Amino acid sequence: MTTEPLSTPPKRKARNFALLSNRAGAAFMLPAGLLVSVFVIIPFFWVIFVSFTNRTLIGPTALNPQFVGLGNYLALFDPATFFQRGQFGFSLILTTQFVLASALIGQALLGLLLAWLIQTVPAWVKRITETFVIAAWILPEVVIGFAWFAFLDYDNGTFNMLLESIGLPPGDFLLQQPFWVIVVFNTWRGAAFSMMLFNSAFSSIPPSYFQAADVAGASSWQKFRDIGLPLIRGHIVTDLILITMWTFNTFTPFLLTNGGPSYRTELVSIYNYRVAFQDFQFGKGAAVGVIMMLINLAFALVYLRLGRKKVPKS
Amino acid sequence: MNNRMRALALGLLGASAMAVPAFAVDLDITCRCVIGGVNSATAQWLEEKVIPAFEAANPDINVTLNQFGGEDAQLTQQLALDFSTGAGPDISAFDGFLIPAFAAGGQLKSLDELIGEEYANWEGWDHISDGIRSIMSYDGQTYGIGLGTDVRMIFLRKDLMEKAGLPADWQPASWADVLDAARKLKEAGVEAPLQLNAGVAMGEATTMQGYWMALLGTGEGVTDENGKFIVESQGILDVLNLYKTVYVDEGLGDQRAQLLADGRNRSFANFRDGKTAMLVEGDWFYRSVTAPGAEFAVEDRDNVMSWAKMPAQEPGAAIRDQDFVSISGGTGFVINPNTDTPMEAWKLLSFMMSQEQMTAFQEFQPGIRSRSDVAIPDNPFLTETSQTLLPLTTARPNDPNYNAVSQEIQRMTEAVVSGELSPEEAMAQYKAAVIGVVGEENTVSLL
Repeated sequence: MTTEPLSTPPKRKARNFALLSNRAGAAFMLPAGLLVSVFVIIPFFWVIFVSFTNRTLIGPTALNPQFVGLGNYLALFDPATFFQRGQFGFSLILTTQFVLASALIGQALLGLLLAWLIQTVPAWVKRITETFVIAAWILPEVVIGFAWFAFLDYDNGTFNMLLESIGLPPGDFLLQQPFWVIVVFNTWRGAAFSMMLFNSAFSSIPPSYFQAADVAGASSWQKFRDIGLPLIRGHIVTDLILITMWTFNTFTPFLLTNGGPSYRTELVSIYNYRVAFQDFQFGKGAAVGVIMMLINLAFALVYLRLGRKKVPKS
Repeated sequence: MNNRMRALALGLLGASAMAVPAFAVDLDITCRCVIGGVNSATAQWLEEKVIPAFEAANPDINVTLNQFGGEDAQLTQQLALDFSTGAGPDISAFDGFLIPAFAAGGQLKSLDELIGEEYANWEGWDHISDGIRSIMSYDGQTYGIGLGTDVRMIFLRKDLMEKAGLPADWQPASWADVLDAARKLKEAGVEAPLQLNAGVAMGEATTMQGYWMALLGTGEGVTDENGKFIVESQGILDVLNLYKTVYVDEGLGDQRAQLLADGRNRSFANFRDGKTAMLVEGDWFYRSVTAPGAEFAVEDRDNVMSWAKMPAQEPGAAIRDQDFVSISGGTGFVINPNTDTPMEAWKLLSFMMSQEQMTAFQEFQPGIRSRSDVAIPDNPFLTETSQTLLPLTTARPNDPNYNAVSQEIQRMTEAVVSGELSPEEAMAQYKAAVIGVVGEENTVSLL
């Protein structure tokens, strides 16, 4: 394209529709922009607006919601009830423990371990391991939720049958240890992502580094600590941030425990669902949603900052 | 919109209106009913009797039954969302206690508003008493037609009672009698002698069949005579202590059934399998749950099962100074306020509730029907229970906040039966929660 059209009067330019002009770009963006604004931006502001009202789905405040200002937020952070079971603070603490145990310790560590171990095994072992771990990740949530429920059932569950067959007493895990059940469940479910990420990270390290270490007589642990780990530091940060965000927002444990018994597995996402769609308190539910959005925003900002900054190599 | 656009839109509208033949009206009807599953009789009645007869009489209307197999609370959730967004079936089964909350929230329209004159002139109203009509009403308006009403009692397994040396015509006079019997049954080797519903998973069954039945025996209700919700009282504490005795201190009931997500079915299975001897439930338990052919059918039901009146805490201590208590509710069908074809929906609804179809329903599931011109079938159980318990019975408050408070009751009882909170702590949490729902000015403390 020459510079000719630029010198022509604007009126003519409008008639000669250029595919690479700003105007054309805007036209192409328009449908997507409309969709995004209808389904993302408007609901975003709508949720913020609703969070300042006492709107419910049924009952008197459904038709005539009142503006309650910060009422919903103050109720959520009311120090008198904050830490009680079934309250926002309780599920926030529960979620933090859940993220620490299942995402940071469970998924990341297990993923790292698996990724390191499959570096040296025969190719077919590597393939089988990857298949199983990834299967846990890609199966539909409803299917695995039901499968785990059936697996852990006290009366007819496979797990208790296995325990009894080797002479151990059966356990009532879903009722007695519901928190640890969802921790193990989420670790099992999500380790695949960490494993794949670390696997590709380890594969990018030149084999000569390890060969040199072998010549120097380094143990597997020394190679892991002094070569593997430092060289994938950037990947570790990425992994931790992403799985923290995902685990913070995950809803799948609901399929196993419904958030119970007695709120013991009510993560914030489940708490939010309960308040909004089981108790039908839209105003309060929206306030929880806004707080969750802010927490996610914080995660995302940290992630973006770290992504831009070049991670120093030691 | 400019003229050309308007013409185009009108044209499109016209074309699509022409494309749909004038005679095809489709009606959807939903109930928590599955043939061979929950409320099988209702589904069979609709599928085998009502729909064929209605379609034969109205060849221009097609009716589809959606069988909903989830829990009551899940159907409520679905209907609340559907009715508020303009979706959902044209006609749906509906529990009467939800009418106030839905009506006040604008999720239901009164039949007067939706149908008008034709509703008022329906012949059926002459055969439905005001009491029954009020089950599906709120604030002087009628929102649906009830199928019938029910009563609550203690169901007994005679074989287990005999095993524990209890008389064949056992009738407790106080809570102490009930607990004594439970202890004897436990000694005789019955695993979980007594079932008084508690917990969140059982939903309204906890409030209605468990908590209410005990609370009425203390002389209190969920609201006081001015309609204020009682958030602190000796009655609430006594009921919670009763739960604690049964499930935590003495293990007289199956605690797991109160806490697990599928607890209600588990409690039914316990009764069927002879693990539970005394179960507080509504007559639906006899009519539908344990009926021959049902999933939890009790073998040789009419010889094995009997019933007793639920006693007051102490004789004479119950509401209205009664010795025994019961509470009634009722279910029926409502019309979706957003239906495109309200008149056709009304046609179907009133057809379902005609004398002929109601009588046909008795063949599938005998019960106390809403229409006085439908005879109560010659069934000793139904005749006896309705004659004995209807004079004693009470109803839940017709209050749009009742549903939300009921959920708090379910949470309060769960906290106690799980052993996580003491009755005092659970009541304190209940108080705070109910004040949050209805406002302090609508609550009252009796302590």
